[in-house]
Amino acid sequence: MGIERHLNDTVHVTNLEWFVNWARKSSMWPLGFGLACCALEMIATVVSRYDMSRFGMEVFRPSPRQADLMIVSGTASKKMIPAIRRIYEQMAEPRWVIAMGACACTGGIYKNYAVVQGIDRHLPVDVYIPGCPPRPEALLDGIFQLHAKVMKEQSIKNPRSFPIKAAT
Amino acid sequence: MDQESIKDRLVSKFGDEVVQSAVLFRDQMAVTVPKDLILDVCRFLKEDPELSFDFLSFVGGVDWYPKEPRFEVVYQLYSITYGHRFRIKTKVEMAEDGRGHIDSVVPIWPTANWHERETSEMFGITFLNHPDPRKLLLPDTWNVYPLRKDFPLEGTEEDTPDLPRATHAAPDQPSE
Repeated sequence: MGIERHLNDTVHVTNLEWFVNWARKSSMWPLGFGLACCALEMIATVVSRYDMSRFGMEVFRPSPRQADLMIVSGTASKKMIPAIRRIYEQMAEPRWVIAMGACACTGGIYKNYAVVQGIDRHLPVDVYIPGCPPRPEALLDGIFQLHAKVMKEQSIKNPRSFPIKAAT
Repeated sequence: MDQESIKDRLVSKFGDEVVQSAVLFRDQMAVTVPKDLILDVCRFLKEDPELSFDFLSFVGGVDWYPKEPRFEVVYQLYSITYGHRFRIKTKVEMAEDGRGHIDSVVPIWPTANWHERETSEMFGITFLNHPDPRKLLLPDTWNVYPLRKDFPLEGTEEDTPDLPRATHAAPDQPSE
């Protein structure tokens, strides 16, 4: 029935680092945070047709304290940047960032005075997902890329840390 | 009331010189009036019982750079009572201080408040006697007018920084 049937009452040995990474990538909780039209594709990824809960990611947390992953989904205007940086700063380590969509990656079609030309000017981005907006499949693929990246991390020996100073 | 009749009524009240130009395009009239008369014209358009423009749809600006006078302020009017529309334009020249100056129509239509604040920050046009002359959308620290024709697409890192900087003085704040 359950997993205990496959374990066969024996002791199993694994690599602690692998185990930590596996636990992290298998329950990576995103932050409930959307900036523009990409947020709707992000929502579509959560609901039943694509169903992100298959990958342990259905719990979108309203509080940055409980979130592991920030999906920057949409156009980041310059007036929004202090708030985004503060939210990132409030997230607990380890934390990951996905830049979703052309605007979050590079500013997209908004080459003007009001829009930040790529969120990587302010946050350490792990995965870039191009598209305007990316379809849910693209977001899922980006998340799998991130999962693969998490599995390769040296979570014990060399834990990741990207401290930034929140804007005042 | 049709567009010509509205214009004629305006002329019968203020005389011929009130209409600097009148353009009829797709059944909509755009009348350019002198800047000094804008308050009187707007008050008349609102309070005259046969016109009754009780709803101000929009106030916006146009930058005609390098023409002179450089700016134009456009008022889109609508009458809920009669269901007719009208458009008023005013030429505003750039003054010595690098800004345009025109009377605010907030005393007539309170809804002009935010429209004028946006026009003010985007084009650098001061609306005199505005009750709340702060910026509407742009950061308070910015000192540039992004919708002017001579503004570069993205601005410079100095003028439009990603993050607010304390070193820039706020330009539109009235000094106490």
